[in-house]
Amino acid sequence: MLVSILFYSFATILVASGVGVITTRNPVYAALSLVLCFFTSAVLWMLIEAEFLAIVLVLVYVGAVMVLFLFVVMMLDINVEEIRRGFTRYAWLGWIVTATVIAEIVGVIVQRRLGVDVTRGAAPLPANYSNATELGTALFTRYAYAIEIAAVLLLVAIIAAIALTLRPRLGLKVQDVSAQVAVRAADRLTMVKMKPGGGAP
Amino acid sequence: MITLGHMLTLSAVLFALSVAGIFINRKNVLLLLMCIELLLLSANFNFVAFARFLGQVDGQVFVFFILTVAAAESAIGLAILVVLFRERRSIHVEDLDTLRG
Repeated sequence: MLVSILFYSFATILVASGVGVITTRNPVYAALSLVLCFFTSAVLWMLIEAEFLAIVLVLVYVGAVMVLFLFVVMMLDINVEEIRRGFTRYAWLGWIVTATVIAEIVGVIVQRRLGVDVTRGAAPLPANYSNATELGTALFTRYAYAIEIAAVLLLVAIIAAIALTLRPRLGLKVQDVSAQVAVRAADRLTMVKMKPGGGAP
Repeated sequence: MITLGHMLTLSAVLFALSVAGIFINRKNVLLLLMCIELLLLSANFNFVAFARFLGQVDGQVFVFFILTVAAAESAIGLAILVVLFRERRSIHVEDLDTLRG
C-alpha cells in the first residue's frame, strides 16, 4: 500500500516535470525540470530495487550531464522569444503523435501480448541480496569486453569534445618548442679567427 | 504493489511526452537534446523494469551502457552546439542550411 502511494506520487511528479521540460519557455527552467525528472526516476528505480542504477543516475545525470547542460545554457546568449516564434504551428501534430503512441503502448500492455504476465509483482529478493554485487559480477565477467568498449567510447567523447571547443588564442606569446629544439650551435654562434695583437677589425 | 504494467505504462507516457517535445521544440537544438535525454530515460525505465520483474540482471547492465552512450552523446552534442553558436550567434535549427544545394 505504501509502495503504491509512493509510486503514484512520484510518477505524478515525473510526468508533471516531463511536461515542464517540453513546454517551458526558458531553457534554464527546462533543464531544472529535467533534473527533477532524473531525481524522481532515481526514486522510482529504488522502489523496484535497482539501487545501484538509481545512484548512478543521480551521480552521472544530475551531477555531470545536467550541470553541463546548465553550463552551456547559461554560456550561450540565446534569444528565447525569437526561438519560440511558431511554437504552436506543429503542436497539434505533436499531441496527436503523443496520444497515438500512448494508446498503442498501453494497448499492447493491456492485451498481454508481451509473453509475460504484466500484472504480476516482482519476486521478493533474499535478505542478503546486493544489487551492486550482482551488477558488478555481470559487468566484469560476461560483459567485460563491452565495458572496455564503453570506456574507449568515453575517451573518444572526451577527446572529441575538447578538440571541438578548443580554439587557439590570438596574440599570445608562446614558445615554439620544436624550433628551440631544432636549433644548432652554428645558427647562433659564429667562430671568428683573429690574429693576435691585431686589434679590433 | 507495483507491477510490470505500471512501470511500462509510465515509461510509455514519458516516451510519448518526449516525442511530443521533439515536435514542439523543433526550433531549439538545446531543447531537442534535452528531449532526447528524456527519451533515453524512458527506454532505461523499460530495461530496469524488465530486469527486475523477469529476475535477470542483464537489463540493468544494458542501462549502464545506455547511460555511457548518452553521456558521450550529450558531451559531443553540446560541444558541437557551442562551436555552432560561436560561428552563427544562433542555435535556431532553421539557420542551419549551409549544406543546402
